[in-house]
Amino acid sequence: MTRHVILLLGLLLSFLGVLTLGLALGAVPIPVWEVLSALTGSSDPQVETIVLGLRLPRVLLAAEVGAGLAVAGAVFQALLRNPLAEPYILGVSSGAAVGAVMAIILGMTVNSMLALPVAAFLGAVLAIILVLAMARAAGRGLDTHVLLLAGVVIGAFFNAVVLLLVTFADLETFRAAMLWIMGSFSGATWESVTMVAVWVLPALTVLTAFARPLNLLSVGEQSAFHLGVDVRQLKIFLYVGTSFLVGVCVAGSGAIGFVGLVVPHALRLVGGSDHRWLLPACAMTGGGFLVFADTVARTVLTPAELPVGVVTALLGVPVFLWLLVRSEESL
Amino acid sequence: MSLFELRDVSHFYRGVTRAALAGVTLDVERGSLLALLGPNGSGKSTLLRVMLGELEASSGSVMYAGRPSNERSRREVASEIAFVPQAESMAFPMTVRKLVEMGRYPHTGILGRMGSADREAVDLAMERAGVADLGGRSMGNLSGGERQRVRIARALAQQPKILVLDEPTAALDLHFAMETFELMSELTEEGSFTVVVATHNLNLAARYATQLILLCSGRIEASGLPSEVITAENIQRVYRWPVVVTSPADLGPRKGAPQVTPLSLGPDHKGR
Repeated sequence: MTRHVILLLGLLLSFLGVLTLGLALGAVPIPVWEVLSALTGSSDPQVETIVLGLRLPRVLLAAEVGAGLAVAGAVFQALLRNPLAEPYILGVSSGAAVGAVMAIILGMTVNSMLALPVAAFLGAVLAIILVLAMARAAGRGLDTHVLLLAGVVIGAFFNAVVLLLVTFADLETFRAAMLWIMGSFSGATWESVTMVAVWVLPALTVLTAFARPLNLLSVGEQSAFHLGVDVRQLKIFLYVGTSFLVGVCVAGSGAIGFVGLVVPHALRLVGGSDHRWLLPACAMTGGGFLVFADTVARTVLTPAELPVGVVTALLGVPVFLWLLVRSEESL
Repeated sequence: MSLFELRDVSHFYRGVTRAALAGVTLDVERGSLLALLGPNGSGKSTLLRVMLGELEASSGSVMYAGRPSNERSRREVASEIAFVPQAESMAFPMTVRKLVEMGRYPHTGILGRMGSADREAVDLAMERAGVADLGGRSMGNLSGGERQRVRIARALAQQPKILVLDEPTAALDLHFAMETFELMSELTEEGSFTVVVATHNLNLAARYATQLILLCSGRIEASGLPSEVITAENIQRVYRWPVVVTSPADLGPRKGAPQVTPLSLGPDHKGR
């Protein structure tokens, strides 16, 4: 227990360090001490504009979305007892993207606090229902391979739907929709930071409160039931909660993959799979991970910018393959 | 009042026309050691799951302590009834001690802070199930038999009044199979603790159980004392194999219990 507290403190410090680096690095590098003095409001106006006006919303949005996606990944993995489950691979992120694009085409404003997250949430719920129904219809329940296949197929389908939708839209909407498919923080504003924070922070708190029943669920549904968990109710609640989390994150930044896979897995290696430590650790590390990936995405080819989803995929795919090979071995 | 009262209970799995349970009526008395016997697919596991409220009966009534069991909260039931499943597929590695501590879930608050009473219950349960020295090991590195005993320890850590086990000895060698039955018998000796066990081990069931139920195709074929249920005629009919039943006098304190020995058919029956 004390070991986990120390680990969490360490993760918090590294998270703050990565945030500071994210503010310092960019097209115009700014020394760390100037970043810190800009944050406390005692720096020259030009630096203050770059740090507070341009970089801070972007870094905060990346931290929020990373926290949300990593926790959603960890919960999906326990819920499906499958270490390869992740919002993007399960097609849930693509479903949320369809919801978000639909909302924009129907004329709801991009930064609407309610309409956009709710539309993305409905898309995410639709995707998870389709994936579970497909996996069940294939007759092998929650078999790892069938589930992943269903997720990939549903994800491809929803990506096609997004492209179909934007074919009828103007060029501006088309560009925005592409960002939704690939994921990007280039459109970060204080409005989007607030929109995501308002929903993600309570959702993270509530999901973390369910860490213990989640521990029992990861051992098996039958065992959890007999240890005193109302499994049906808990599962519905967790599916809705994670879909909501994914919906809000996608509404904020588009579908970014592999965060929910890499982060929980690395943390389980470090501190074990007890969700009372894993979920808060995922929130901090996921946040730091996406801030780092986004900093790489916007600095590595300056002045050009990579979609952040490209960076997370380049880091995440090898981890996914390694996990897949390992899960084959243990069968 | 009986602990469990099942009246004319039937169960159909979705998409299956044959009944998994057909008109089962039974009472489980407090303090008994009830063994459910029967061939593979005879309905033993289904009966356990219906009895414990995990499956809804398609018809008939299932009562636990005078009330339908789904009227109680899961936590309330789990603080009285513990279940040891046949197998578990864990998604992530976990230490033995952590798994046994899960047995305290129905007794601890929302934060799950383990008090000294909780730690004592876990220690005692691990001791009784013979896994006290495995605490720091990972579940993944244990043998099938060791895992089964850890699951028994977790059930005991729940400090239940009723212990229900589904084929607990299937993966165990002779030593631990005997230890498991001795433990079940010891628990029920005081008269307030109840054990229900589904098992393929006819001979150990006949020696240790106070009440036997023989299931076949979802129906109760015979029930009662071991001497009433374990007869050559019953076993041959249900298992479709010739057997002899004897009552050896040298089985220790449980002498006289009927023991089943299946017969070899010999070369004449090869073409059967």
